Amino acid sequence: MTDHAAPAGQDPSSAPHHADLSGLVACPQCDLLNRVPQLADGARARCPRCGTVLLAPRAGAAATIVALAMGALVLMVVAVSFPFLAIDASGLHSEASVIDAALSFAEASGRMAPLSVIVAALIVVLPVTRLVALIYALWPLAAGRRPRAHAAAAFRLAMRLRPWAMAEIFIIGVAVALVKVASLAQVGFGPSFWAFVALVVLVAAKDTILCERSLWRALETAR
Amino acid sequence: MTAQTGHGGITARAAGLVGCLRCGRVFPKERAVCTRCGARLHSRLPDSIQRVWAWWLAGLVAYVPANLYPMMITETVTETYSSTIVGGAVDLISYGDPFVGIVVLLASLAIPVGKFVAIAWVMLAIRRAREGHAHRLHQLYEAVEFIGRWSMIDVFVVAILAALVHLGQVAGIVPGLAAICFGTSVIFTMLSAISLDPRLIWDATDPLPAGGARAAAAHDPAHPMPPRAGQRTHPT
Repeated sequence: MTDHAAPAGQDPSSAPHHADLSGLVACPQCDLLNRVPQLADGARARCPRCGTVLLAPRAGAAATIVALAMGALVLMVVAVSFPFLAIDASGLHSEASVIDAALSFAEASGRMAPLSVIVAALIVVLPVTRLVALIYALWPLAAGRRPRAHAAAAFRLAMRLRPWAMAEIFIIGVAVALVKVASLAQVGFGPSFWAFVALVVLVAAKDTILCERSLWRALETAR
Repeated sequence: MTAQTGHGGITARAAGLVGCLRCGRVFPKERAVCTRCGARLHSRLPDSIQRVWAWWLAGLVAYVPANLYPMMITETVTETYSSTIVGGAVDLISYGDPFVGIVVLLASLAIPVGKFVAIAWVMLAIRRAREGHAHRLHQLYEAVEFIGRWSMIDVFVVAILAALVHLGQVAGIVPGLAAICFGTSVIFTMLSAISLDPRLIWDATDPLPAGGARAAAAHDPAHPMPPRAGQRTHPT
């Protein structure tokens, strides 16, 4: 793989003129000015100073991201509407949905109600917000049309929320919980469990191909 | 401030410009909002260091009760048993699955403690600049940012167990107060890491001598360290 980023100037006196700033990328990690040409799909430009990937455009990235996001959104609807897990022990049965898991703190004590709100946000509300915002911002791009009004605001929101959408962490937590109850009871998996696992896979695939700065360039060009 | 970065390049700030943290677009430094993505422009995030320390301290304060209160209370016919974060993981290692117990111990003890130490380390290190440290500090910072959110596992484990284990008189699991303390602590430390403007790391610790003839264009992605002098292949 080749790197196409080149530092933009040898010394301050050759600082780029303000007219041609659009061809420059300032590394968001180390602030180095890089001159990055229009990259071919599949190429990748790294910052020579700190190694951060500046741009990694892919052919049809917007369309793939929209498709994966829509799939994930459908799976999320399934995941919150059906039973998630069930256990059986000594003739007794108990089951829980994803929403029950979030609500368990508020149920235990009013003092912990804020944690229920936080957990519901981290595993359902924020992931859904991200998916909807991405679809809104990138659908026209995927279809070759001009971006909608506020597409930039929607895409910015989706990227800012990235660390706070924790569906994948939740599913690992579920795996740990299963180990803890396995000795205590018989565990049954509801349809929502499998939907959630599939959703995590789709979201991971989507975030792998998503290059934020390439999409910003594409959104600007399509305007 | 050193204008040269030692890579034959120049920072946006040294060139009198400002780079957008979101999309990388470059503007004259007077501009306040990015025309490409609409993000606010800051040459360096205002009060970044104070914000990092404030969230760091808040996270540490919340982390203390998180380890003192019970995380989970298990009620069975014969007894009520409450376990702390560390106690629960130790129980899992002794009586359940040692591998999973170690994963939980990593997520709920090693990662949070490591995070407090790592953030403090980065913050102290950028105060006393030492040449060539930027790369390692930056990697440490990125690791903290990437791994920090995984501490939330423990809160999710309690959430799912408390929702699931409702077996009448036989067994029940109730979340303890440590859950909300721990969850808050994880969120505060994530905010602490996010508040750090990574450009500050490079400002302070990579002031290599002016005119350093390091070329960068042919830098091999397999070797993240910048190429040494003499590897220049694409003169700019």
